[in-house]
Amino acid sequence: MSYASVWRSGAGYLVDRLAGAIAQIGRVTLMYGDMIRYTFLRGPALRLVVEQMNTIGVGSLGLVLVVSLFTGAVAAVQAAYQFSTVVPLKYIGSVILRSTIIELGPVLTALVVGGRVGASIAAELGTMKVTEQIDAMRAIGINPIRYLVVPRVVAATIMLPVITIFSNAISVFGGYVVAVTSIGVSTATYVNGLKDFFYMKDLLSGLLKAFVFGNIIGTMGCYFGMATEGGAEGVGTATTRAVVSSCVLVLVSDYLLASVLFRIIFRDQ
Amino acid sequence: MIKIAGLRKKLGAKQVLDGVDLEIRTGETVVVLGPSGTGKSVLLKHILGLMPADEGSIQVDGEEIVGLGETALNQIRRRFGMLFQGAALFDSMTIAENVAFALREHMKLSEDEILQRVRERLEWVGLKDLEDAKPSSLSGGMRKRVGLARAIVMDPQFILYDEPTTGLDPITADVIDELIRAMQKRLGVTSIVVTHDLHCAFKIGDRMAMLYGGKVVFCGTPEETKTTRNPYMRQFMDGSSVGPIQPV
Repeated sequence: MSYASVWRSGAGYLVDRLAGAIAQIGRVTLMYGDMIRYTFLRGPALRLVVEQMNTIGVGSLGLVLVVSLFTGAVAAVQAAYQFSTVVPLKYIGSVILRSTIIELGPVLTALVVGGRVGASIAAELGTMKVTEQIDAMRAIGINPIRYLVVPRVVAATIMLPVITIFSNAISVFGGYVVAVTSIGVSTATYVNGLKDFFYMKDLLSGLLKAFVFGNIIGTMGCYFGMATEGGAEGVGTATTRAVVSSCVLVLVSDYLLASVLFRIIFRDQ
Repeated sequence: MIKIAGLRKKLGAKQVLDGVDLEIRTGETVVVLGPSGTGKSVLLKHILGLMPADEGSIQVDGEEIVGLGETALNQIRRRFGMLFQGAALFDSMTIAENVAFALREHMKLSEDEILQRVRERLEWVGLKDLEDAKPSSLSGGMRKRVGLARAIVMDPQFILYDEPTTGLDPITADVIDELIRAMQKRLGVTSIVVTHDLHCAFKIGDRMAMLYGGKVVFCGTPEETKTTRNPYMRQFMDGSSVGPIQPV
């Protein structure tokens, strides 16, 4: 094969991938537009949203709490190690609290929920798609975006901030247990550290991030589920794509939100 | 009446439907025959607007459905019932919830009225006392019967059957054939049955259409079908690999 033909096939492959990516963004945007239309013009069916809030929120709570407990514990160990001779240990509570509510709580919760819920939504909708259940729903005259997608995305968007609040609390508690039992910080010192450097804007910015992350996780799970083609292999591919894209988009949007919140909105406060 | 004219659809590189012309008169049952992969199910999905046509026209009682938006199509779809090939039951719901789904979404009926209608339709298809079972606990034949109960629960004008007997043993297949005939008599519906099961076709069809190469290559009554010299239909009836139909 000549150098020119290799270059042409390589360039062709890149063009195809780029066109595929642009088409994918277009399809997600169209689905999102439909979702907005059905959410705000007709309102989601409350019964379905509550059902999904239970599945997505309550179902994920146990896993998130375990992860958060150990995240707080690790944060305490790391803080103690890095403070060593430079920063007094009385600040350990403040560091754990702020790092948790601004960053660790929302992001780790989103990554855990993204893995669990994003995969479950994509697999459920993907299976429905390949077994013609989505077609059956449309044949009955029910719009699957309104019936399946909107309740899941609305529930994920509402529940992620709620789970994040629990995650924050447990993470700070995990840090407290380690700080008091193995680092030698007193309860009063740890609690004073929490109080001295607690800012409402930190908590709100973390919850705003969680709100956006929840929306991303729900949307990606639903999009890849609804776009599933083929049989079991297609469901597997859709599930993987939903989780990977959720995680990547959570981290990208985390950076964008952090830039907007802390460099523009809260800069002078 | 359903009138299909010049219907074309390309999927990937393959021209699946290449100018389909077919008329289904009110109250009759037309069986669409053809080898696997000739676009029979694709044709059904076009009639329900589940797939958009590239070209052509589909009129349901004189109303053009090609090019309609999802909301307008949903109104048309309420006049149809469809039995899917694998029954396509909602596996998160019980049998009763599956059958009641359209009633709950579209009609303002009390729970008692819904339950009564669901029990009646399940009885019509020979399934009693299974309301609370999940689809996963049913056999293939039972799933098809639940699918049929779901398709007829709204008293449709038209019923579309996608391979209703495929994958079933001959006795269960005959039960499904009998049910389809019973529904024709009881509801007086217009039906389109897609199948490659000739036994089923002759038992339930008023007319038979053969789809091959994206076109309807033969259409006639069961008597005409039995005596036809149309090479496509003849080869299909004989089950021969020699003839104008190329094995896939």
